[in-house]
Amino acid sequence: MSMVLDVFVGNTTIMDMDIYQLWLDGLTVREAVKARMDQGALLECEANAEVLMSDTMDQFRTFQLCERLLHSPTKLANQLLFQIPSQHQRMLIEKYYEFDSVFAREVLGKKLSKGTKKDLDDISSKTGITLKSCRRQFDNFKRVFKVVEDLKGPLVENIQHHFLLTDTQARDYAAIVFFANSRFETGKRKLQYLSFQDFAYCASQLIQYWTTGAVDSMVEDMDVDLEKEFLHELKDLKVLVNDKNMLDQHKVLVCAALRGKIKVYRLMEANFKVIEPCRCDRWTLGEVTLFLTQYTNAAHGLGTFSRQVVWDRYMGVIRSCILRMYHE
Amino acid sequence: MPGKLKAKIVAGRHLPVMDRASDLTDAFVEVKFGNTTFKTDVFPKSLNPQWNSEWFKFEVDDEDLQDEPLQITVLDHDTYSANDAIGKVYIDIDPLLCSEAATRICGWFPIYDTIHGIRGEINVLVKVDLFNDLNSFRQSSCGVKFFCTTSIPRCYRAALVHGFVEELVVNEDPEYQWIDRIRTPRASNEARQRLISLMSGELQRKIGLKVLEMGGNAVVGYLQCFDLEGESGLVVRAIGTASPNTNTHSNTAPASNACNSPSKDSKEATWAMFKQPVLDISFPLIGVLNNQFRHFLFLSVLSGMGSGGSAGKEAGPLKTLLRQHTQSALEQREFPFFTLTCFPPGFLVHVGGVVSARSVKLLDRIHNPDEPETRDAWWEEIRQEIKSHAKALGCHAVVGYSESTSICEEVCILSASGTAAMLNPRFMREGCLDAGGSDHRLSRQPCGFCHIPYDEFNMPFPAQLTYCYRCRRQKVPDVLFTTIDLPAEAAVTGKGCLIQARLCRTKKKAQGEVNATAISNLLPFMEYELHTQLMNKLKLRSMNALFGLRIQISVGENMLLGLASATGVYLSALPAPGGIQVAGKTPSDLNYDQHIATMQKRINDTITKNKELYNIHPPESTEELVGSPIPDRQRSRLFRSTSESSDELLELDLSHGKKDAFVLERGSVTMSINMFVSSGFYSCNTEVMPGIYNWTSGLQMFTSVRVYRLSNANLTNQGLNKIFTELCENLLKSLYFKLRSMIPCCLCHVNFTVAVPEEELIQMGAVRLNCVCVCGCVFVCLFVSGSGENEDQLQFSMELCADSTPSNNQPTSKPSVSSAERCSPLPEGRSRSLRSTRSMPCGAPVAVVKMTPLSFLPGTRIVKYLGIINMFFIRETTSLREEGGVSGFLHCFIAEVFAMVRAHVAALGGNAVVSYSMKECVFMENPNKNQAQCLINVSGDAVIFVRESEQEATPPLMSSGQISSTGADGTT
Repeated sequence: MSMVLDVFVGNTTIMDMDIYQLWLDGLTVREAVKARMDQGALLECEANAEVLMSDTMDQFRTFQLCERLLHSPTKLANQLLFQIPSQHQRMLIEKYYEFDSVFAREVLGKKLSKGTKKDLDDISSKTGITLKSCRRQFDNFKRVFKVVEDLKGPLVENIQHHFLLTDTQARDYAAIVFFANSRFETGKRKLQYLSFQDFAYCASQLIQYWTTGAVDSMVEDMDVDLEKEFLHELKDLKVLVNDKNMLDQHKVLVCAALRGKIKVYRLMEANFKVIEPCRCDRWTLGEVTLFLTQYTNAAHGLGTFSRQVVWDRYMGVIRSCILRMYHE
Repeated sequence: MPGKLKAKIVAGRHLPVMDRASDLTDAFVEVKFGNTTFKTDVFPKSLNPQWNSEWFKFEVDDEDLQDEPLQITVLDHDTYSANDAIGKVYIDIDPLLCSEAATRICGWFPIYDTIHGIRGEINVLVKVDLFNDLNSFRQSSCGVKFFCTTSIPRCYRAALVHGFVEELVVNEDPEYQWIDRIRTPRASNEARQRLISLMSGELQRKIGLKVLEMGGNAVVGYLQCFDLEGESGLVVRAIGTASPNTNTHSNTAPASNACNSPSKDSKEATWAMFKQPVLDISFPLIGVLNNQFRHFLFLSVLSGMGSGGSAGKEAGPLKTLLRQHTQSALEQREFPFFTLTCFPPGFLVHVGGVVSARSVKLLDRIHNPDEPETRDAWWEEIRQEIKSHAKALGCHAVVGYSESTSICEEVCILSASGTAAMLNPRFMREGCLDAGGSDHRLSRQPCGFCHIPYDEFNMPFPAQLTYCYRCRRQKVPDVLFTTIDLPAEAAVTGKGCLIQARLCRTKKKAQGEVNATAISNLLPFMEYELHTQLMNKLKLRSMNALFGLRIQISVGENMLLGLASATGVYLSALPAPGGIQVAGKTPSDLNYDQHIATMQKRINDTITKNKELYNIHPPESTEELVGSPIPDRQRSRLFRSTSESSDELLELDLSHGKKDAFVLERGSVTMSINMFVSSGFYSCNTEVMPGIYNWTSGLQMFTSVRVYRLSNANLTNQGLNKIFTELCENLLKSLYFKLRSMIPCCLCHVNFTVAVPEEELIQMGAVRLNCVCVCGCVFVCLFVSGSGENEDQLQFSMELCADSTPSNNQPTSKPSVSSAERCSPLPEGRSRSLRSTRSMPCGAPVAVVKMTPLSFLPGTRIVKYLGIINMFFIRETTSLREEGGVSGFLHCFIAEVFAMVRAHVAALGGNAVVSYSMKECVFMENPNKNQAQCLINVSGDAVIFVRESEQEATPPLMSSGQISSTGADGTT
């Protein structure tokens, strides 16, 4: 005797969030049943393996049928096929768009293309996340990227509007979109120690202050592209490094301000290379903060330095990014 | 007489991509009614078209309005090739024809395609202007209301109950017409859906006409069935109870019971014609008649009989008069049948017991669809049979009446069953209910309906009578089986529970007459065994009455399946059931005796345990009132007849009443003892669970379908029985597990259906079996009082959450940097935008529509009935594997059916479906060709409900107080 067909449909769709998580994790039905048994599901309601199997199959099928709707979460609220209570709807979406930061870190800065998708099995074996789950997360990234790509308005808001995500989730997705678009080289060996959250923070800073959207809020791609004009202006800041006279003057000012407060300090050759030397010398976070503050303020003291606004805009972001990146 | 139907196509959304090149669709809509078709403009290149069409007006006869559905087809415009159909929506406009029901249909409907399922939605607005019809020769019956609910609908009052109406229409099944060979599956499915929609419209109209002729204005307990007879055609039949409902506001409760006892003087024995013991139930009359086999069965089980001789001395001439009046009033009608299962208080005077009849027929081609006489005649015979059985029980009416069929190739089993009962005559007379309370001096008794309606000395079958345990004046039977719901006034001890008897019988594969004979020979044994199982299980739970009994016998190619479900209760008026004794066939063996002893102990333990579980603690009666008036001579005769009843496995002796010795064979004992019990779960197949009164409004309706494949190896009777029982138990277990989050909860109105689908492509060594379909409804009932407080706390914490969210979402958090050092030239607007909380997307979320097989929603009050929902869908696929196999396919289809029902209800302005049932669920598959097909028929009543306040969560029983209160608040 074998069961050919086994279906359970409720008027209000019943969804078990624990099983949903197992499904999202990319487990097969058999693995999920095992996982549930390990969690002690058999103790409830005098269930047996058969019952558990049937329940799991059923739930997996429900999620599969729902998956299509989850691809465009706005449809979930006004579709007619499943009657799902709104708090469940929110949970479904939230969990579906959750991702592992380990995975996100791997994909960060890569082009969201077919080629990358083929490499997912490497990432899967490296991170221990099932391939199925990797695919879902990758497809989520790609889907969000595709939808938001050509939209006007602030990036985070667009993501929230189209995918009904929470604030934090939307911000994370914004970071992913930002990196996917500008393709910073996040894979460098020196940067390996940084987590996805570090990058997400930097991205949010960059988006907030450096992109075109920071100036004009009605441009296409406003939050994705860095403002060109600003980048041009940045070149002018190079005088601080290039002009020997200016550099010396700046150094003196910074040193004067810091004297006595920091035991060991080095002359900074260039402002980009702050973190490594500091790490070598084991500065405390407080010391770094102090240094950067003085470094920024000192520039104001340079009489010949004329680009105060650009300098502030530049240093503001750099400062917060460096502080964030400054950890083990 | 003409009416004007107006339809407007507003918009579409979520349409499928029909043009691969542009990933868009050029959609337009055809609106068709009868032979008239209108079209909207093409809305180019959009998946969310806005047609905003003009009003399409159809001027039609109201006859057509009743028969035809409004047919809306969404198509994709193609310049060069034929336009592609996206899908269709059929809208039944019947609800608009009643002045009191819905006024317009307006809302989003899923666009349905029989191959692809739901493909987007369309927003439609429909109205009807009806002109008054004064023609007395009219063919239409607009204005007659239909209810699926098998009780008097909550916001109405019955002024008069007329009785039984039935009608039957037949047609050729388009699936089996020659044209089906050349048309596409889609066209054939659509032809079928349309035909059935037409037929059910026609059927309703014809029934309506009959009702009007009788002077009624409504049909309650409307039950419509399809018989897909394959080659020989398609039969749609319906039965219902005609009654003029008035939506009165009067607060007078329907008067109480008029007769508390049957008149003792009128022992004319007109209603005790059958004197032979009925417990050897079968007297198959097989006669060959026009190639049709007839087989009737009489199972009128165990209800008491004989009116309690000396009791009821107050029975005066008045009551005799009343009784005579009833009889004449009812006998004027051809069939004094009622499809209702729940009655106004006082309506039922006495209940006799279950009456049922079955007949095996050979189907032949329907030659002339306009004269469905053969089918009519078949049912006529069965109804006559039922009527005579009821008479034998001393009853003049049958309540809780239903009819069903089971078809396998050309053999068809027609079954009908009901409960013989005596009704209060006042409900049959014009104006009596409105007058109200004229007979108040006769007090109503909670045990009245248990009293036997028949003559003690002319009992149609042996039964042990005792004096009623409540009033001590009238005789009651020891066990009572009925098909109706538990009357509201009945006194119950403890809780009820679902009791099932399951049975499989193999038969040889045969054709035609041989097959029919084989089946009719098996039927009586099956009935008998089912009955015995029910009896045993009832005793095991120490209960003494069954309500909502439904016996289904379905026929397959090489087996017959029987499934009886009922809700067992302990009626306080009836005597406590006796114990069960195990007896071996060879009592000489010592080991065997020991075995029997342990068995006996287990049984006794189970009974004690069950008493605890169901909280059955009847007051011990010290005085023995049992006086069996049956002469010894007669009793011995009974013994003889039962032993002759030839079932070698089971011997049943019912004549001992209280100290009953139930003799069982071992196999059946283990089967019935090993029942599954889960704490916190209750189940029953009646509307309300006896003994539980604190319902909450948490409600979950579900449908579950299972199909098993059996291997040929274990095709023996016993092996099959075991498997079948396991299947049913497993299904229940699964349900409990699924719904564990709702504990404590109760599965109400669980409706099991079994089928043995015929399989043309039987694989070697495997036969398809049982499609068990459960349609039930789950309630959460909290036993803890003060649930209101919990709610408050919950709300409070939720408010806290809402407060805390914005503060968590500050744009950037820099813990180490003080606000003075803000280095951000950030535009203030951006941070605000980040902080904005999520809002749900454009467009209002879909309104929640509740569905329930019950006739009420706990904790709510139904304020308006919007009309009947009766829908038929076909779904077919040629890519079964891609859709997730059979389970995926059916899962999706059932979800789609739910969605369409909800959409229709919402469009009518309703927020719930009550008395919902899935009448038909036929599933066929061909995995080799990657194909499957499924047919589903659903029905129910669309209603508007409002929530009562938490405190008023009273037992939603049909009490007189509630009727008057709902009547007072009913809308007009």
